[in-house]
Amino acid sequence: MNPSLDTRTLHLLRDLAPQVLGAVIRRFRDFAASEDAVQEALIAATTQWPREGLPDNPRAWLIQVASRRITDQVRAEAARRHREQLVVSLVPPEEQLALAADEAGATERDDTLDLLFMCCHPTLSPSSAIALTLRAVGGLTTFEIAKAFLVPEATLAQRISRAKQTIKSSGVPFQQPTPEERTARLGAVMHVLYLIFNEGYTASSGPELHRSDLSNEAIRLTRMLHRLVPGDAEIEGLLAIMLLTDARRAARTGPSGELIPLDEQDRSLWDRSAIAEGVALVTTALSRGAVGPYQLQAAIAAVHDEAPSTEATDWAEILALYEVLQRMSDNPMVTLNCAIATAMVHGPAAGLERLDALSEDPRLEGHHRLDAVRAHLLERAGDLEGAITHYRRAAERTTSLSERNYLLTHAARLSETPT
Amino acid sequence: MKYMLMMNHPGNGPYQIASWPKKDLQAHIAFMMQFSKKLTESGELVAGEGLSGPEQAKRVRAGKDGKPITDGVFPESKEFLAGFWIIDVDSPERAYAIAAEASAAPGPGGEPLNMSIEVRLVPSGPPKDLIG
Repeated sequence: MNPSLDTRTLHLLRDLAPQVLGAVIRRFRDFAASEDAVQEALIAATTQWPREGLPDNPRAWLIQVASRRITDQVRAEAARRHREQLVVSLVPPEEQLALAADEAGATERDDTLDLLFMCCHPTLSPSSAIALTLRAVGGLTTFEIAKAFLVPEATLAQRISRAKQTIKSSGVPFQQPTPEERTARLGAVMHVLYLIFNEGYTASSGPELHRSDLSNEAIRLTRMLHRLVPGDAEIEGLLAIMLLTDARRAARTGPSGELIPLDEQDRSLWDRSAIAEGVALVTTALSRGAVGPYQLQAAIAAVHDEAPSTEATDWAEILALYEVLQRMSDNPMVTLNCAIATAMVHGPAAGLERLDALSEDPRLEGHHRLDAVRAHLLERAGDLEGAITHYRRAAERTTSLSERNYLLTHAARLSETPT
Repeated sequence: MKYMLMMNHPGNGPYQIASWPKKDLQAHIAFMMQFSKKLTESGELVAGEGLSGPEQAKRVRAGKDGKPITDGVFPESKEFLAGFWIIDVDSPERAYAIAAEASAAPGPGGEPLNMSIEVRLVPSGPPKDLIG
């Protein structure tokens, strides 16, 4: 938005955004109003700080500006109507003390986590939770989020205000969930972060914010979560998945944005430092002894990333990990991946046998992945006709343009193969 | 996931809407404007436009020299595109519900037109399940 803002300040603002919002919600108890006010304070900072220099205490500055916005707003409303039951101090802004800097430590940690719990509340649809999390916790502007999701700003603004409305009407208090709720709510937070990361797969040609920046943003937010909840093996696993997957970013797309699957990627382009960090994380996580699905997926990604080639990949290890994952969660996608690993270890016929067990699963009905995997295994088994049919069928069903082009290219390649 | 909803108009001649009574015409226009507003407010509208009639339409092909060769109208067309919306929704069912609502736009006498709306997936999402 403001080109004169340097990257460091931008990162500072994004790191401060959830802390400031948490403090303001604590004070005013109104999530929607606080969120708007903090967003305005962030915008004020992007215009004023480059001109006037960084304040001594940026966090306190933002809290003060946001609080002032709310009190002004409340005053205006109070003048228009009778005072409502909104609990708010009408102390003049000049007398309002911002939180002392030394108060920051203990409270900000909980605030950011509570904020994540709120934005990823299970009552919200995935698209609402994603938009709200990116804005309230990530500190992105509505404009940036709209750009990343390729929808008009007005549409995205409505998505956010509806999400805030949902939170308001569901009466979710801004506080820590009970210990019983906590695991489920953390799971919801992790799922939303995972979805944001996944959105970043498709690179767009927009000059402002590449969709791949969503992957960076998801990694940043997951690092934050990892800081807030240290020692949680599944969060470590989630962060590891992101790092180990993102490490392949440079190799995942070709010059014109076409998708390059794992087995065709140039592995010299993989980011070794991201792989090292991901491997270290998943190793630590697994040693804690509380194995969960994110850690298992991270472990699988690590086996891929450490292999010099597709052929030299430890497929037996991958198959074993998928089988543990399969016992843990009844997810047909996991079974699909199991079929691929089975084919790599025991040959395509064994893989196809596994797929047959899935064809009855209503959750996969019409799903392109089933056809894509079948096509892949048929090709390996030498049934080119069958492979072409299923590649084409998968191409018709996928919701991703890059994946569709990739599948059609495979079908075309096989059609030209002399038999 | 994004979908394109296409509202087709039967061919053979200009928009029939042009010959509707004023009251019916205004009701139809008001409905369409309200419909777009509602989709914006629900956070689902990506784009939407009504197109001008077939008498303005041109068919263009490149000639051997690459220059455009334009043809006039589509006398033999069974139907043509009158307008479209692109929406971003959480499920195909939601896309069908929105299409049904558009289909019931008021026509002559305020009766629902129940015209056919073609619903097409715009493959624009991320490739799924590439992890592992």
